[in-house]
Amino acid sequence: MKDSYREGKIIINEEVAKGVFKLILEGNFTGAPGQFYMLRGWNGLDPFLPRPISIADIEDGRLTLLYEVRGKGTHIISKLSPGDSLSLLGPLGNGFGKINGDRMALVSGGIGIAPLLYLAKEMDAQVDLYSGFRNGPYFMEEFKPFVNEIKVSTEDGTFGHKGFVTELLIPENYDAVISCGPMPMMEALKDQCRDKTELMLSMESHMACGIGACLGCTIQTIRGMERVCKEGPVFNAREVIFHD
Amino acid sequence: MTRVNFCGVEFKNPVVAASGTFGFGREFQDYFDISKLGGISSKGLTLNKKEGNKGRRIHETPAGLMNSIGLQNPGVEGFIQDEWPFMKGLDTVVMANLGGGTVEEYVEGARLLDKTDVPIIELNISCPNVKEGGMAFGIQCTPASIVVEAVREVTEKPLVVKLSPNAENIVEMALACVDAGADALSLVNTFNALAIDIRKRRPVFNNMTAGLSGPAIKPIALRMVYEVSRAVEVPIIGIGGIMNWEDAIEYIMAGASLVQVGSANFRKPDICLDIIRGIDEYMELEGIGDLEEIRGIIGR
Repeated sequence: MKDSYREGKIIINEEVAKGVFKLILEGNFTGAPGQFYMLRGWNGLDPFLPRPISIADIEDGRLTLLYEVRGKGTHIISKLSPGDSLSLLGPLGNGFGKINGDRMALVSGGIGIAPLLYLAKEMDAQVDLYSGFRNGPYFMEEFKPFVNEIKVSTEDGTFGHKGFVTELLIPENYDAVISCGPMPMMEALKDQCRDKTELMLSMESHMACGIGACLGCTIQTIRGMERVCKEGPVFNAREVIFHD
Repeated sequence: MTRVNFCGVEFKNPVVAASGTFGFGREFQDYFDISKLGGISSKGLTLNKKEGNKGRRIHETPAGLMNSIGLQNPGVEGFIQDEWPFMKGLDTVVMANLGGGTVEEYVEGARLLDKTDVPIIELNISCPNVKEGGMAFGIQCTPASIVVEAVREVTEKPLVVKLSPNAENIVEMALACVDAGADALSLVNTFNALAIDIRKRRPVFNNMTAGLSGPAIKPIALRMVYEVSRAVEVPIIGIGGIMNWEDAIEYIMAGASLVQVGSANFRKPDICLDIIRGIDEYMELEGIGDLEEIRGIIGR
């Protein structure tokens, strides 16, 4: 049997960039890179649903989550203080699993950087990080111990390359590319890596239950509609159909 | 004693997991012993396998949830082959929930289910999200009567008809379904509803509208259960925004024999267990020996 929702006590909940928070919870959390937790930081029926947030790190049972304030739920969570408790279900979904190769590129767009930290840390390979942001970068220091090179782009040019992060990547230089970010970015990456390099994508979707029951978070794949929470969130790019 | 005899089928308690919120039970067995449930209504089945709707499928509202899943399901034969053997092994009552786009599809689906030992068929004439979901049959009495009568002819199994709150007149609809041969009624399915993305200046859902469920609809659903239970002789399953045991007791007091718990399963996978325990403790505390003592009590 798995645990249903349980409490986790907040150690840190701090804003690391505008609207982006790092949350660290005390406990004996488990999980693999790419898996996620459902989070609820409020009582009552509104917001109705918990929020899916991917694991950014686990160390000595402490769970680190990086989240962006997008709506009511994440807004409430951002107002919680150390000592407050959150309700959590997880770890859920399939992680990145074993990815073969010696040279890896991790490609993130915005808050999609979150699951890549834990992955970089656990990976036994040469890893380069390509991170795109709308404006200022965040979470870069955390990556430094685990990656070779960090390449940053910002859409407004305030930091690093001005433009999209995909413009910096040469897929042929890597055995595999692993990415998490906005759909248009991942779709562009799929075209860029086609027939050159294996590409793994961590997908995002609106979710209700997180355990595979509601069929609310499905995406189109070559096998038909599949659940981001159950068959995913990590998919091989070859399997994902972005448009009909 | 929480046991309920419903259409001759023994339920160990009145709490049934609602169709479309519990899959075929598999996902939940990791979180609790699902044999403790009174019953499970299967994911809505159609004669042929369906992929479901594309685009956005879920949207949260204050104390509620809109969905436009579109009856993604393995088809009746897929269910019989792959899911029923698993569900049959559970020590809980399974209802096969059947939808359809045409009378023929309903009849063929029911015919296939009739050959199995599925104990109850719940006929869904109320899914708002696909043309084939049957809501076309659930708005007006005449089409509803036609489909219920046709299905009635091909099965002797207890037949529960699941009503849409979008029916023109829920009481007349209930009476029509009972006249056509329904052994019981379940109500309500989701309310047809609309959400708009003001940044994109378009509806949230590709289908424009979607089905609203959750505590936001509970008082309306409860009123409908009350009205229908006063009008018909057959037993009723109360559905709509049940979040806790208190809500379940309200439905029973309004006249329901069983209740179905839906959206609440998404907030906490073992919520049904909390509801079952709560009902048990309430009965103990209030000295209620049988739920019959309070069923429909507000209308007596």
